[in-house]
Amino acid sequence: MTVMTDTALQAAPATKARGYWATVGRRIVRDKVSMACAFILLLIFLAAIFAPYLHLADPYQGSMIRRLRAIGTPNYPLGTDELGRDMLARLIYGGRLSLLIGILPVILAFIIGTGLGVVAGYVGGKLNTAIMRTVDVFYAFPSVLLAIAISGALGAGIVNSIVSLTIVFVPQITRVAESVTTGVRNMDYVEAARASGANAFTIMRVHMLGNVLGSIFVYATGLISVSMILAAGLSFLGLGTKPPEPEWGLMLNTLRTAIYVNPWVAALPGVMIFAVSICFNLLSDGMRSAMDIRN
Amino acid sequence: MNDIVEPIDKLEPLKDIGGVAQPLLQVVSLTKHFPVRGGLFAPSKTVRAVDDVSFAISKGETVGIVGESGCGKSTTARLLMHLMPRNSGDIIYDGRTVGRELSLRELRRGMQMVFQDSYASLNPRLTIEESIAFGPKVHGMADKAARLLARELLGKVGLRPETFANRYPHEVSGGQRQRVNIARALALSPRLVILDEAVSALDKSVEAQVLNLLVDLKREFGLTYLFISHDLNVVRYISDRVLVMYLGEVVELGPVDEVWDGPAHPYTRALLAAMPSSDPDNRTETPPITGDPPNPIDPPSGCRFHTRCPFAEAMCGEATPKLTEITVTGHQAACYMAIPGSGHSKAPAAGVQ
Amino acid sequence: MHPLPLRAALPRWGRGEEKSRVHPVFVYIARRVVYVIPIVASVALVCFLLVHITPGDPLVAVLPADASQELAQQLRVAYGFDKPLPVQFGLWVWRALHGDLGSSIATGRPVLSEVMKAVGNTVTLAIAAAAIGFTLGLFFGLIAGYFRDTWVDKVATSIAIAGVSVPHYWLGMVMVIIFSVQLNWLPAVGAGPGGSGAWAWDWEHIKYLVLPAITTSVIPMGIVTRTVRALTGDILSQDFVEALRAKGLQETKVFRHVIKNAAPTALAVMGLQLGYMLGGSILIETVFSWPGSGLLLNSAIFQRDLPLLQGTILVLALFFVFLNLLVDIAQASIDPRIKRS
Repeated sequence: MTVMTDTALQAAPATKARGYWATVGRRIVRDKVSMACAFILLLIFLAAIFAPYLHLADPYQGSMIRRLRAIGTPNYPLGTDELGRDMLARLIYGGRLSLLIGILPVILAFIIGTGLGVVAGYVGGKLNTAIMRTVDVFYAFPSVLLAIAISGALGAGIVNSIVSLTIVFVPQITRVAESVTTGVRNMDYVEAARASGANAFTIMRVHMLGNVLGSIFVYATGLISVSMILAAGLSFLGLGTKPPEPEWGLMLNTLRTAIYVNPWVAALPGVMIFAVSICFNLLSDGMRSAMDIRN
Repeated sequence: MNDIVEPIDKLEPLKDIGGVAQPLLQVVSLTKHFPVRGGLFAPSKTVRAVDDVSFAISKGETVGIVGESGCGKSTTARLLMHLMPRNSGDIIYDGRTVGRELSLRELRRGMQMVFQDSYASLNPRLTIEESIAFGPKVHGMADKAARLLARELLGKVGLRPETFANRYPHEVSGGQRQRVNIARALALSPRLVILDEAVSALDKSVEAQVLNLLVDLKREFGLTYLFISHDLNVVRYISDRVLVMYLGEVVELGPVDEVWDGPAHPYTRALLAAMPSSDPDNRTETPPITGDPPNPIDPPSGCRFHTRCPFAEAMCGEATPKLTEITVTGHQAACYMAIPGSGHSKAPAAGVQ
Repeated sequence: MHPLPLRAALPRWGRGEEKSRVHPVFVYIARRVVYVIPIVASVALVCFLLVHITPGDPLVAVLPADASQELAQQLRVAYGFDKPLPVQFGLWVWRALHGDLGSSIATGRPVLSEVMKAVGNTVTLAIAAAAIGFTLGLFFGLIAGYFRDTWVDKVATSIAIAGVSVPHYWLGMVMVIIFSVQLNWLPAVGAGPGGSGAWAWDWEHIKYLVLPAITTSVIPMGIVTRTVRALTGDILSQDFVEALRAKGLQETKVFRHVIKNAAPTALAVMGLQLGYMLGGSILIETVFSWPGSGLLLNSAIFQRDLPLLQGTILVLALFFVFLNLLVDIAQASIDPRIKRS
């Protein structure tokens, strides 16, 4: 090749066309439903994080005289629970634990599952078989059953719930990761990269990871809604958070008998779980549409 | 691993060793069989995708490979590029055998490939410049130098660097993408470029432009081409010599004009006869070939074409005819009809050319 | 060009492929059945290990607090807790193969009969929920797929998304609030008047089934809707549908083609959902005190009744595995692509 001599060529400041992620980002921002969901989730998150600064009542402080007040009672905008504690405070503080137990397992499963799945997908062969057959054994159990069985075995508690749910979700994410990685592995540009002499790590880093993480991430986001329901479900059964901690699933449990006295207060924690779950589902769908090249 | 300490700023083509007389690439008895899982009640079989293929490519020439889908031409390309392991055979680049005197890393510098699917060949997440610069960086080039090289190459393939360097594959047309793929292949300064159906997916007018580009680049950089295609007209236009493949074997090879004007193997004749005639007074009326193409899993015994060959005789089903010279100009065919003294009723007598 | 003489008939020998003598569907089924065996073995192992990693003394459930060491040791031997784990596993598997899953520590009754009785109630619930959920799911999914991107689609999809996002145990509570507490139309808990006696298909019993069944049907309904919508949309956008319409085929006949193409995947999804309903019923059964396998699991956990727990998890998991197997076989026999491969 001739040595570069054309200074005009060297100085050419080519305009950077829009990157893939920037295009995806713009598409999502234009999607009103996704933006609304993101906004609601942001509110809930911020409220949970900044709960101590919101001048709320003490979520642990109850009084038997004030139990099960209705929604709209002065000083108790959302009523009180069966032990007289302020519902608004319990719901906002409850968000901290509920969101933690719901989201952390998915994050952990994402890291572990992506690692396992991408390696299985790229390397193939016996390693792939070993990993995927192990995943198949876990798939033989319905997720609810597995989560409850593991929680039942480990005992109640926040950490145990997180461990249990992580174990339930790792196989699912591994499967998705392996499938997507295998699809990318067969693309011509990976062959071209191999043809240029790059080693496996370089190829995985430059060519595969960027093309694979997006799909796994979308799947994981959808998984959060399941996780929120399952995590709260564990607490609902008494296998998760222990009283007197505020947590939406546990609150549903303790308020069950209250449905005869003050049904709407009893239903409130479920509304929160529902809201978070549906927002994550809609957001996940929106991301999937935005990432679809065909649009 | 990359043990080059200092980033280099130029990639020179591999040094010429044997001179003009030595073929740039020699392929000896290349074989690739794929096992097919039989399942519970059926025995496992093999697909004999490439079977004992041998040929040579001289420096500066363009060799074409033609054949129908499934004949093994793309598999051959991938075997030459070492993208899949072969069962047996040697690949000798300018006199040095790959795996012995020549390392795989060096081979990558000497030989590159342009793929058929222009879109699937480019990472959708990388800019065009980044895609082209990837190869040189793997071989030790500094990032800035690699990018400059990428822009220079874009200019050579007819794309303005200011416009195209920072675009993404989905933002350019099919023909432009193939030019990018060509630029990417040239980034490592190879002497041999394999073009695997590189223009097949393009519109005719774009195809013509890219073909002319390939011819120009060959002249400018002194390249040697291996051009794989199913389009007989394109192969005639661009090749010096041609190989005809059928079911994993080479059935005929020779200078392209000689083979096109005087095909020796019945399959080649059928292929050429199958091209629709554009002369209304000379319409193609009878289908030149009948019967279904056999399955590469269990090819027929002896000559693989004999089940569809109108001239087949008993000997054709018994032993496979070997590729034999039939003219002094290097025209070879694997057909008993063309091999003097073979015993076929239509074969010329031994000693007669 | 050398013209070729026309050959009327070509010999057909050596055409290459010898057709396998056995129908490919049977091969597929046989392979699938054989594959189940290691899965079942692993499931049994996981069930056993799950229960035995429980911290705490397995005898806590039966032992009175002031029991003597001697008594504790006697009971330990009686239940086999003194033997090493692999031996306990082996014994458990051996007995299980003969239909003996041990006896419940809490009630003393044989585990297998307890579990099967409870499973029977869960099956009743699951079938009722499936009937509701799949019918609605098919309906919503089909209209959403046919009227894609219109308001019909948006409504159906919204219902589906709400369905899959709802915490079903909370929905159960809300149903009870509305239909039992406020309106007093339906009972809140139980499976029959005066506790769970024998099931009968009369209104006296069915009214207990209504709320739990509707609640259980919601999530599968949502999933089936989404799946069928995607399938229908996909099929309708394919070229062969355009070809059928261009030929002048009536819309009802085109619809039959759509159904035939969507059936294998849709049935597979429904089968999977049925499996989830059978295995994952614990939450809803707890809300409604429905005497099914889920409720049994619940009490087994909290009473630390190890044999019952082990047996219940095993039976439920195996049900799920065999249901998946049936679904795979059914899919293989109706999907013509597998038939002819």
